Amino acid sequence: MIFSGRAHKVGAHIDTDAIIPARFLVSTDPLELGKNCMEGLEPGWIQRIDEGDILVAGENFGCGSSREHAPLAILGAGIKVVVAHSFARIFYRNGFNMGLTLVEIGPEVEKIADGDRLQVDAANGAVIDETAGVEIAAKPVPPFMRDILDKGGLVEYVKARLAA
Amino acid sequence: MGATVAEKVLERHRIEGDVVPDRIIRCRVSLVLANDITAPLAIKSFKAMGAEEVFDRERVALVMDHFTPNKDIDSAEQVRGVREFAREMGVVNYFEGGQAGVEHALLPEIGLVGPGDVVIGADSHTCTYGGLGAFATGMGSTDIAAAMALGETWFKVPPTIRVEMTGKLPEWVGAKDLILKTIGEIGVAGALYKALEFGGEVADELDIEGRLTMANMAIEAGGKAGLFPADAKALEYAKAHGHAASEEIHPDPDAVYERVVRIDASSLAPQVACPHLPDNVKDVGEVDTRIDQAVIGSCTNGRITDLREAADVLRGRKAADGVRLVVIPATPAIWRQAMEEGLYEIFLDAGAVIGPPTCGPCLGGHMGILGAGEKAVATTNRNFKGRMGHLDSEVYLASPAVAAASAVTGRITNPADL
Repeated sequence: MIFSGRAHKVGAHIDTDAIIPARFLVSTDPLELGKNCMEGLEPGWIQRIDEGDILVAGENFGCGSSREHAPLAILGAGIKVVVAHSFARIFYRNGFNMGLTLVEIGPEVEKIADGDRLQVDAANGAVIDETAGVEIAAKPVPPFMRDILDKGGLVEYVKARLAA
Repeated sequence: MGATVAEKVLERHRIEGDVVPDRIIRCRVSLVLANDITAPLAIKSFKAMGAEEVFDRERVALVMDHFTPNKDIDSAEQVRGVREFAREMGVVNYFEGGQAGVEHALLPEIGLVGPGDVVIGADSHTCTYGGLGAFATGMGSTDIAAAMALGETWFKVPPTIRVEMTGKLPEWVGAKDLILKTIGEIGVAGALYKALEFGGEVADELDIEGRLTMANMAIEAGGKAGLFPADAKALEYAKAHGHAASEEIHPDPDAVYERVVRIDASSLAPQVACPHLPDNVKDVGEVDTRIDQAVIGSCTNGRITDLREAADVLRGRKAADGVRLVVIPATPAIWRQAMEEGLYEIFLDAGAVIGPPTCGPCLGGHMGILGAGEKAVATTNRNFKGRMGHLDSEVYLASPAVAAASAVTGRITNPADL
């Protein structure tokens, strides 16, 4: 799984209320939610996002609520991968379950500047910043979670279990 | 090697894997929970999984509490979908209307969760039940759907941070101040992927409601769970509320902790978490801010002891001109109890609005939304930017006593100064 796109940077402790405020939780449609992605961080944020952009965040991205609407809103906004210093626990699990790729790289995230061209190799755990000319190693995904991903996500994993 | 409370509870429910920090295990679950925001997505995933029935009709709880009584047509339609699913599946523990309360106050009260349980809920504050010695944690809707179908889930076993609380609590200082102080010490990401274990003489002294308040906010330090030991007090509470737990669970003396955080209760002042993160914590005396609204309620502090504490401060006093005081008992039983104890007379004389049990303003849902530039003091658990309404509003988190005292003066106030 290799993604390439433009880095779109946000700060540390971006919470789920910033990603998708509570007033929008009366929908479960990713495209509908995507229209309001990051509305709690900056109204109209979505206007600056192009399909394929890569979200780059600081520490503890996705802290707060368990709302799965948060990764859905990011996917609905046309973003397929988030690179961060670290992720909040529930968000990390939700991301994988929803098919949003999450890559954790620790403090080296600071080497990436807003607007840099990135190449993210999620399977091998590497982020290449083509603009800055640096390669950053990512933390490996735990084997159990990789197994769920390989089976096509949690829905497919359970479907297979129930059919067995 | 000794085990922590979290490790002991997980061991009881383990299906596969070793209960060793950072290893992945499969576990049976005691109860699976979702609410009116998260259940609709869980039902969508459940159906996509091809599941036709829930693993156990009595061990799924669906509590309609966030946008209820329904605030608009969209939220009414969401609840309608969950209601139909509950009927179709024969889910016994479906709650709405006059049976519903704020989920994390309701479930302990009716004995659906208790000591030694493993509980997962599609709500981040599911960690509340750690107050009773349960391993309880929040997950997303699809994880909840999988557990509704299979009766099990997977966990990465968290390392434990021990919070050792010593000394004696001064007057007007309680559980909320202890947890705010703890989050201030650890930081909002300090317990990421870890469990918090609360102990020490202050933990032993705290009543169950105070323990639920503390465990509730473990997630605010990034924690996966927050647990108290299941001691005699927890078992007595469980028994009185119809839960079957009978065995005490204490950490081993040689349990291994990643870190020990020490809190000296004797020197603690009432605490306030200032905008816009729960770890931006200060002594109440360092915060002098005017407020437009005070909210007393939520899964953190909407229980009867919280309402009594607020009433003790408000008795014979009035909310300041221009301050909206909102009181929301967390469950129907608490509502009734407060009425019978005469607390509502005190609140109404103080000029309060008393709401029905709902999560309402806590998440910026309804019944107390803030406009631009407005500031609120709330007994809730999050003060993220725009959490209670407009992006340019502010939320200060505090205890029921501080919220009540602040309503009286119109500024963030130490109840001892009234």
